[in-house]
Parts: sequence; structure tokens; C-alpha cells
Amino acid sequence: MSEATLERGLNALKEVIDTPMALFFSSCTHCGMCATACLFYTETENPAYTPINKVEPLRRLWEQEYTLVGRIKKALGMSKPITDEELEEWKEYAYNACSLCGRCTMVCPVGNDITYMIRKMREGMAASGHTPEGLVGASTRAVEIGSPMGVKLPALQAQARHVEKDTGIDIPFDVEGAEYLMLMSSMEIMNYPEYLEAVSRIFHAAGKSWTISSEAFEATNSGIQIGSSDIARQLVSRVVNAAEKLKVKTVISPECGHAYTAIRWEGPNLIGRPFPFHVKHILEVLDEFRAEGLLKTEGFEDARMTFHDPCQLVRRGGVVQQPRNLLNMVATDFVEMKDHGIMNWCCGAGGGVSANEDAEELKMKAFNRKKHQLEELDGVETLVTACANCRIQIEEGLEENEIDMPVVGLTELLAEHLVEENKTEG
Amino acid sequence: MNEVDFLLWVRGPGLAIATVIFVLGMTVKMFEIFMLGRKKNLAELRGTGVKEGFRTIITRSGHVDTYSTRNTRFTHIAGWVFHIGMFTTIFLLAPHIEVFKSIIGFAWPALPTPIIDLATVIAMITMLAMLFHRITNPVLKYLSTGQDFVVWTLTFLPLLTGYMAYHHLFFSYTLVLGLHILSVCLLLVFFPFTKLTHAVTLFFARWYNGMMAGEKGVQQ
Repeated sequence: MSEATLERGLNALKEVIDTPMALFFSSCTHCGMCATACLFYTETENPAYTPINKVEPLRRLWEQEYTLVGRIKKALGMSKPITDEELEEWKEYAYNACSLCGRCTMVCPVGNDITYMIRKMREGMAASGHTPEGLVGASTRAVEIGSPMGVKLPALQAQARHVEKDTGIDIPFDVEGAEYLMLMSSMEIMNYPEYLEAVSRIFHAAGKSWTISSEAFEATNSGIQIGSSDIARQLVSRVVNAAEKLKVKTVISPECGHAYTAIRWEGPNLIGRPFPFHVKHILEVLDEFRAEGLLKTEGFEDARMTFHDPCQLVRRGGVVQQPRNLLNMVATDFVEMKDHGIMNWCCGAGGGVSANEDAEELKMKAFNRKKHQLEELDGVETLVTACANCRIQIEEGLEENEIDMPVVGLTELLAEHLVEENKTEG
Repeated sequence: MNEVDFLLWVRGPGLAIATVIFVLGMTVKMFEIFMLGRKKNLAELRGTGVKEGFRTIITRSGHVDTYSTRNTRFTHIAGWVFHIGMFTTIFLLAPHIEVFKSIIGFAWPALPTPIIDLATVIAMITMLAMLFHRITNPVLKYLSTGQDFVVWTLTFLPLLTGYMAYHHLFFSYTLVLGLHILSVCLLLVFFPFTKLTHAVTLFFARWYNGMMAGEKGVQQ
């Protein structure tokens, strides 16, 4: 990142102000309803965590620069300028106490997409240097090493060799002309090797060609979390270059929420042109396999199961029905949480919160929301999800609260029931 | 200036000036907003989002979230009751319809005055309750700025003076009617420059919210 200054921050904020945002600011009546939609507020009752308050400096800048009254007040010296001290204070609200989960956006009675604004507010925070250390570290590692957790290619290759040994199925690297390019999240490489094994078996059984790129295997994007479009663009470009070089038809985002938002929705806008390939979440691809009869399972789970919707998949991504279709293939006792699908509650660690050490205590408080939701369900034994980041937060939260409940990824759950007919690649 | 002169001025030139400021102000306001534009979404979209945008204009008047519904019941119900009471009073009182008729040339049926009277009282009581809520609820207390109280007052005064005029309370009818029209003039003058604009912009805001979600295939 080039040197961060207040001026650069204010310019970045001016750049993100558009028609929807001006409408949103013009419509807010300070009714406070967004507070009760936000788990950082409900679990702390800190009024400063009210979602619309998280963009207050941005609102003032809009008023001062883009409204008649604001410009007159500014000219007369009657408006309060945005300062470094203020942005430093807002760091806590815009990063620690927001997972960009999008729930506030769904309840605002005047229709404000507050999450859209907080995401944009972070552009100014990053450009002015008011960002949490943890996210700076993750972004630096993502740019310099290729992964926010510092995972390098040899670690993935070693994992791939293990999987190959266990399953006898090749993990293809850099295969030109493969149909699918598989991305991974660092969390899956480090903590959940089951994922790679699961996809290799499922794709083998489905007879679909796929590959991993040794130049761009990381799906996560710290750039969109910290709010630096420059970094986000650089990280997305790696994937785009690899996908174009290998001439794949579809890029698959792994079980990770924000990685999907980054490549699926922000990606083309970051690089300024449409992608010549499709981007799908792994669950979308698996549901297509299911519909085409390419994903066959046998046996059922006896345990009572529920599904935690990753926010970026449902509310911010539109992948709602697919996990339910897939889960119903293997679960006989699947129950929904009270607020689920597009109104699910966040795990408390998305949007960069998990990489931000300053938010560690807060994210565990926020987890209590999920805990209450689970307590409302009668006798749920297993929690299924489709995001490695949600998964590690929920595992940590359950452990902290001494709740014994296994948390599994949906892809690996399906792989456990996979019917393998040893189909060879066509 | 005596009471009659005051009434004549405020219902003539006063109201005309206020209306001109309102219309010009709103034109500037909408221009300021739409001049900013929005970048074209280059992602592979699941739909245009247009349908979802229009749907959200309607659906956002209700609640979709069980937890928020439980915890914002007062705001939600009070919001509905106050707005219905206020709009009933503005648009369905016979003398108001006469004013609209003189401007736009046509009229519609009025409600009996006692019903309007009740609607006004309900709107005022609800507004007082909302004001109390604003100064006691921790979130609202934190969020509220001077402007929130200014727009509350600007909205409350026409209801109060209208009620006083109808019941011939405190001052002469001529003076109170003059004050009533003056309060409406103030509302019109401040409308484009305060958050009173939400009455217009919220429909566009809801549309964008639903449209941007619809582009991603999120149904609200």
C-alpha cells in the first residue's frame, strides 16, 4: 500500500459516494431498527455499534461535499471536519464490530443497504491508515506470500500427496483445458484437509475434469476485508490470469463466504471487465451435479442436523436453496434455525473479524447470538456449514461454551455418503 | 399587521413562496443525488433486479426478521400508526381537499370530520410517545441529533395548530388558522434540506436495495 494519509482517505471516500448511497443517507430517520438486526449490538448493547453509526464520518463527508446545505455550512465554517482522531475511533465500529453480514440491510425500513456503505467506508479507512493490525498483516501476507495465513504452494502440494495416497485419485495441478479451476482457502489447507479429499472424490465420481493452479490457489481476499480495492484487485487478478491461462470454463470458490463475494461479485468490478469464465460456489456446482444425476449418495445421517448459512452465501450471494437440496440427500432429521436462509445470524467472525486480534473478545461475545439460536432448537446434534471461517469460529465458540456438537463442512459430509463407481474422466 | 392581514399574507404570498422553495429545493436535492450515478455492475448477474427492486418497495413496509420484530415492535407499530394518522389528516379532511382542488383541479371524497379529529389526536399522541422513546431509548438517544428534534417539531406543529383551529382553542380562529398555514409553510421550506426528504427518497432507496440484491439472485 502506498503511504496512508487523511487526504488519501477522504479522497477514497469521495470516490465511493454514489447515487444509492446518497439516497440511503437522505432516507435515514435515525429510527434505530438496524441495531436489533446486528449481533454486535444485540450481544453487547453498545449503542455505538448501531450499524448506521458505523458510517457516520462517511455521511458527514457526503453532506459536506454533495449537498447544498452541507456546502453552504462548510463554506461558512459551520461544519465539523473529519479528522484522523475520529477515524481512529471509528476503526472499532467499522472493523471490530462489523462482519459485513448484511442483516441490517434486510431490516432497514427505508431500505438502506448499510453493509454496502460500511464496505465502502473501509476504503477510506484503509487509505487513511486506520486499519486493524491483524488485517494489515493478513493483507501483506496475501500480497507477498500469496495467502493471508502465509500458506505456500509446498504445503498444498504436500496435502495433495496425502490425499492422493489415501484415495488413489490424482489431484491435478495446472491442467490446461480442464472444465473447473478449484480454489482453496488457507483455512482449508491448514485446518480442514477433508475438503480437498472430498472434492477430489466427488469430481472423480462425477467424471468431471478439474485442476488447481499452482500460481493461484488461494480464494480468500484480504483486500475486500480491509477495504483496499488495490489489494483486492491484485489478488483477484492472480485468479483471473490463472483461469485464462488454463482456459477453464468455471472457477470454483471453496467453502468460504467472503472469498465467494470477492471473486463472484466484486471480482469483475475490481478488474473493470466481465470474466470470460463463470464463477460458482462449490455448493452451486455440487447442486448442479445432483440435478444432473452426477452426485449420488447412499445412506443417511441419523443425527439431528441444522445448517448455519454463511452470510456471504445467502444474503450477500443468493446461494440459499442449494445447501438445503444437498443436505436433504443425506440427512433425515434436518431442522432449520428460527432465523435462517437470507435472515440467518452471522457466526460473528466474518468480514475480516477473525483476522483482527483487536476483535477477539468481541467476536466471542457476538457468537452468543448463534448459541441462543442453537439453544432454541430441540436436541440438535450436528451443525453443518459451508464456510471454513464460520466453521472455526463456531467450533471455538462451542468449545468456549462447553457445548459438545460436531461442526462439519457440507462438501465433506456429502463425500462421506458418496457412491463411487470408479468412473474415469471422460 | 393584524390577524386578518397575517392570515391573508400567509395563505397567499407566504404559501406560494414556501411552495416554490419546496419545489426548487426538491429539484436540487434529486439532482444532487442522481448526478452522482452508479457504476455498471460487471459481474455475471442472476437477473436485472428490477422486479426485486419494485417488490422491496412494498415488502420493506413489513418485517422479515423474527428477532427484530420482537425488539422493535414499538418503533414499527408507532411508525405505522403515526404515518396513517398524519396522511389521513392531510389528505382526507374536507378543507384540505379544497386546497388541493384549487391547485390540481380535482377532488376526492372526504372523511367525516370527527374521524379526522380522532386521527389527528392519535397521530399527536403517537408522536409524543415516539419523542419520549427517542430521548429514553439508549440507541435512539445515541443516534439522535438536533435535526431529529427539529423535524419532529416541524411535523408536530401543523397537527397541533390544525387541532387548535378546529376546536377554537386558546386564540382567535383567524390567528390559529394563520399559524396553522404558517407551520405548513415552514414544513415545506425545510422539507428538501432535512431528513424529511425520506418521504420521497425512501422509495428509491428501497428500490436500489432490492435491485442490488436481485442482481445476485437474493429474493427479499
